[in-house]
Amino acid sequence: MRSKRRSRFLVLCVAPAAILFFLFMIVPTLNVFRMSLFERGAYSPTETFVGMSNFRALIRDAKFIASMQNTILLIVTVTVITFFFAIVFAAILTREKIRGQNFFRIVFYIPNILSVVVIAGIFSAVYKPENGMLNSIFSLLSGHDVMILWKVQPMVIVSIIIAMVWQAIGYYMVMYMASMAAVPISLYESAGLDGAGRLTQFFQITLPLIWTNIRTTLTFFIISNINMAFLFVKAMVAKGASDVALSFMYNQKDAGLYGYSMAAGVVIFLFSFLLSALVNQVTKREVLEM
Amino acid sequence: MNGVKKSSSGDKLYKLFIYVVLTTLAVVILVPVGWVFLASIRQNSEFYGNPWTLPAGFYWQNFVNAWNAANMGSYMLNSVLVTALSLIILLVVALPAAYCLSRFRFRGGRFLNTCFMAGLFINVNYIVVPIFLMMRDWDSWMNYFFGKTVFLNNLLMLALVYASTALPFTVYLLSGYFATLPHDFEEAAYIDGAGYGQAMVRVIFPMAQPSIITIILFNFLSFWNEYIISMTLMSSSTGQKTLPVGLLNLMQGQQSKAEFGIMYAGLVLVMLPTLILYMCVQKKLTQGMTVGGLKG
Repeated sequence: MRSKRRSRFLVLCVAPAAILFFLFMIVPTLNVFRMSLFERGAYSPTETFVGMSNFRALIRDAKFIASMQNTILLIVTVTVITFFFAIVFAAILTREKIRGQNFFRIVFYIPNILSVVVIAGIFSAVYKPENGMLNSIFSLLSGHDVMILWKVQPMVIVSIIIAMVWQAIGYYMVMYMASMAAVPISLYESAGLDGAGRLTQFFQITLPLIWTNIRTTLTFFIISNINMAFLFVKAMVAKGASDVALSFMYNQKDAGLYGYSMAAGVVIFLFSFLLSALVNQVTKREVLEM
Repeated sequence: MNGVKKSSSGDKLYKLFIYVVLTTLAVVILVPVGWVFLASIRQNSEFYGNPWTLPAGFYWQNFVNAWNAANMGSYMLNSVLVTALSLIILLVVALPAAYCLSRFRFRGGRFLNTCFMAGLFINVNYIVVPIFLMMRDWDSWMNYFFGKTVFLNNLLMLALVYASTALPFTVYLLSGYFATLPHDFEEAAYIDGAGYGQAMVRVIFPMAQPSIITIILFNFLSFWNEYIISMTLMSSSTGQKTLPVGLLNLMQGQQSKAEFGIMYAGLVLVMLPTLILYMCVQKKLTQGMTVGGLKG
């Protein structure tokens, strides 16, 4: 009796979540892989099996290659800039007694709670060619009218990088401040007595001790960068001005080329998977205990 | 003596440098955001001169126009509805599931746990196209048999998709918390004559309140700010839209119509609720961020 009630309870609790998860996550994921092997009519649900031909077309598609190159460029530059500044600033902030530390913490986190659409709107004011914030500052500094067209080639990728770094930097800074605050102060004190300067302390104590955290966040950041790049390009850039991998995929869907779109999805998915494995492998160090 | 003095002035310089750097970063973040707030009360003619002047006056008409003429009012209502619905669905579905998965041993339980863990690695941006196609197929079936469509361009369905895509992260977070509780709590409740459901709802859920609040916070932000799924599943040009998608359309249309005031008023309408929430709970958010770091 009790066991029957138990299993009824369990089914009632678990089934809704399992069904929703299956229907809206597992099935679509499997469909990405399945559909990449099919050609599907734009308006009718009829599908014809075409084998690997979507993939063969993909690797010869100059636009797809360009979008992948943009993605890699964004991953590398945004990650390097964000992590360099986030870690350096966090190290400075946690080691020094800063007045208004809480204020800075609150402000630095703000970009992270804004919608990418809002950030795109904010940056449209920053990048406006005639009298945007950035160009007007440059004009003021250089003494003559600067008219950089930020949102067209070749500057468009730079403007995306700036917006993405702006969005991410504070979040990671606050995160590293939290993990650096856990490093015992006595370590720095004894290192200081041994004559180690700030830089040496940073490389010999801070960095090794929070390495595990850096490693996890780095892998995570690189993967999420592929997605964020898509959100930024979609909201900020006029269609076709510049594409990243996932926006290429989305545009193929808009064009009605569903099989082709999903083939791109499979390639991007495998790429991100391999990349995270690679980053994980490259950043492997011996773990130091605090 | 001399050496000591030198190092202390070097220290001062270093401190000054830190403040300069921090203030610069704070300014870089605050100025564009503040600029948009000021721009939202400017008249349209003010957008052609020097961007660094203060607004000539409080031109509230921008907000009125954005709310009525640009439909931001109804978009706002849609967003509130979708966000609230998704949060309710998510909690109702995820709480019992996480509870059972973390505290009961049963056939298939481990498998389901692994599935939800794997779900953490599935990003919605990859699966939004198949979800769209699946719902379009369902709609054409519905249309064939009942003469109407229910899946695309439906706020409830959008909320359902939001809740589903947030399930892995939410279940993961809640299970982690439930697993730390000792089993004595339920044993005591069972002895007092409570059933499984009662023990769960009356005893365990109230204890999980801090985790539940964290979940509501993070998911509120992601549902309120989301635009790719919403744009794809609510693509009918005449249908309902959520606030970020409405704003995006406004921004793209703005390039030809140049109604800057309305656009910036719309921007303020989208970000104000998140900023207010953030001001109220910033401690909670920055503390809980180590768990939020798993999301993407």
